[in-house]
Amino acid sequence: MEKSLNWYEFIITRSIKASGYSAILFVALIFFFLVREGVPTFFEADLASLFSLRWYPIEEYYGILPLITGSLMVTLGATLVAVPFGIGTAIYISEIAPRWMREILKPLVELLGGLPSVVLGFLGILVLSPFLREFLDLPTGLTAFTGSLLLGGIAVPTVVSVAEDALDAVPRAYREGAWALGATRWQTIWRVTFPAARSGVLTAIMLGVGRAIGETMTVMMVTGNAPVLALELGSLFSPVRTMTATIAAEMGEVAAGSTHYHVLFFIGMVLFLISLGVNIAASSVVFRAKKRAERILS
Amino acid sequence: MKRFIPLAIATCILVFSTSCGLASSETASDSSAAYIENKGSDTIVNLALAWAERYQGEHPEARISVTGGGSGTGIAALINGTVDLANASRQIKAEEIDQAQANGVEPVEHIIARDAIAVIVHPDNPVSELTLKQISDIYSGKFSNWTEVGGEDRPIVRLSRETNSGTHVYFLETVVRLGSSEDKTLFSTDTLLLPSSEGIIAEVRQNPNAIGYDGLGYVPEDLKTIAIAEEEGGAYVLPSIPTVNDKTYPIARDLYMYTNGEPAGTVKEYLDWIFGSEAQEIVAELGFVPALPTTSSP
Repeated sequence: MEKSLNWYEFIITRSIKASGYSAILFVALIFFFLVREGVPTFFEADLASLFSLRWYPIEEYYGILPLITGSLMVTLGATLVAVPFGIGTAIYISEIAPRWMREILKPLVELLGGLPSVVLGFLGILVLSPFLREFLDLPTGLTAFTGSLLLGGIAVPTVVSVAEDALDAVPRAYREGAWALGATRWQTIWRVTFPAARSGVLTAIMLGVGRAIGETMTVMMVTGNAPVLALELGSLFSPVRTMTATIAAEMGEVAAGSTHYHVLFFIGMVLFLISLGVNIAASSVVFRAKKRAERILS
Repeated sequence: MKRFIPLAIATCILVFSTSCGLASSETASDSSAAYIENKGSDTIVNLALAWAERYQGEHPEARISVTGGGSGTGIAALINGTVDLANASRQIKAEEIDQAQANGVEPVEHIIARDAIAVIVHPDNPVSELTLKQISDIYSGKFSNWTEVGGEDRPIVRLSRETNSGTHVYFLETVVRLGSSEDKTLFSTDTLLLPSSEGIIAEVRQNPNAIGYDGLGYVPEDLKTIAIAEEEGGAYVLPSIPTVNDKTYPIARDLYMYTNGEPAGTVKEYLDWIFGSEAQEIVAELGFVPALPTTSSP
C-alpha cells in the first residue's frame, strides 16, 4: 500500500507539473505560429500600404490602422460601460446587499456571463440598434457605440465576479475597525475596503478589458464593419470595423499562403501583443501595489 | 483503487476498437452509398438545400450535405478536394483555375440558374427609380444625401455584403464600376459590410436612410425594390423573372456549380436532375430565374 501510494503521488505531481508547464508551451506555440504566418506580411505587402487608411483586401489595400482604431474605440467604450457598472454591482453585492439579495444577484450575474455572444448580437441588431438610431438621431444604429454597450454587458459579469471576490477577501476586521472609528458605511467602503481590495479590482478591470477586446461575434453583428479611421470622439457614433471581426469575416474564404492570409495573421499578432500589453500593465500595477502594501505593513 | 486500472485499460481498448470499427464501416459505406458534399455561395444555399431535400426524398439512398460560406469558400474547398460540388455566384477566377490545376483538380462549370440583384430601400423612402450611374455614385461615396437622387433630406447609409461574398464582387464590377475593367472605383470606406443577407434586410427594414442590395430570391415583400435604368433616359425596369430572362433588367447574372472533371456517377445523376423541369420549378419558386440546360467548360 505504502509503495503504491508513492507511485500514485509520483504520477499526480508530475501530471500537475506538466499541465502547469503546458500553459507556457501552448502560449509559446500559438505565438510561434502567429509569427510564422504573420511575419511574411512584411515581405509581401509594402509598409506604406500596411499603414495606409484603406482596408479593401480583395484589391490589395491592406491598411490596418482603421481596424486597430476601430478595436480600440469599441474597447474603450466597453470599458467606460463595464467599469462603473461592474464595480458598482460588485460593491453592492459584497458590501451593501442583504444576504438574500446577494444570493439572488450572484447567480444572476453569473448567468449573464454565460449568455452566448451571438444571442446578444441578435438582440443588438433587432432591438438596440434601431432604438439607438431613433433615440440619438444617427444615420444608422450599427455603430461603435452599439458594440460598446453590448460588449460592456459582456464584460460586466467578468468584472463583477472578480471584483466581488476581491472585496469579499478583505478581512472583516478592517471594516469593524473603520466603524469603530465612527466612519459611515460609505466612508468605510470608499476609504478602507475598496483600497484594500485595489489589486483585485484592477485585475477585474483588466480581465474585463481583455474580454472586450477579444470578443468577435457581437461586434461583427452590430458595429457595421465599415473600415473607417476612428480617431475623434464622434467616431464612437459611426460604424467601425474591428480586428477580430475582420479576421472572423475573412479568414474563412482566404486562400492559404496568400498575402491577404498573412496580413490576417499579422492582425492576429497585433491583437495578441495588445492583450499581452494589457496583461503586463495590469500585473505590474498589481505588483507595485503589493510591494507598497508590504512596506506599509512591515 | 488499484483494481480500477485494468478496467480503465479495458475501457480504453473498447473505445478505441469501436471507434476503429466505426471508422472502417464509414469508409466502406462511403464508396457504395451516394454521398455528395455541396458547399459555397450563400446566394445559392437556400436553392441547393431545397434541391437536396427534394432529391433525397425521391432517392432515399442519396445523402447530400449542403453548406454555405460564400463562393470563394466553396471554390477553395473544391480546390482542396473536400467537396464534390462547389456553388458559386460568380465565375471561377483564372488564378483559382491555376491553383486547382496545381492541385490536380479540373473545375468544370455548370450554369444552374440565373439571379438578379435587387437594390432595396425602406418602404417609406420616396425614391423608386435610379440609374446604374446613380447607384454607382451612391456606393462610391459621391452622393451621400438622398436629395441628390431626388429623395428626402436624409443621409445615405450604404449597405453591402462582406468582401468574401460573390454578390459583393459582382456588384462592384457591374454596378460600382459599371462593368468597365479599367475603372478602379471602390466602395466608399464608410459602406457598412454586413456578414449576411439577413443583416442587410434587417437594417433596411428598420432604417429609412439605408440602401442595400441582395439576391432577388432573398428580398421580402415588405421592402421596396428600386427600378433600374441602364443609362439615363432609358426605361426603368423592376427585377422579375421575365425582365431577367429578356435581359432588360441590368443587374442579373448566372449561378454556377463546379465539379472536379466531368461529373460522373451520383454527382452526374444529381446534376442531370437539377437541369430537369422539377428542379428548375423550385428555382422559380425561390425567386431565382430558371437556367437553360447547358453545360460549358471554362
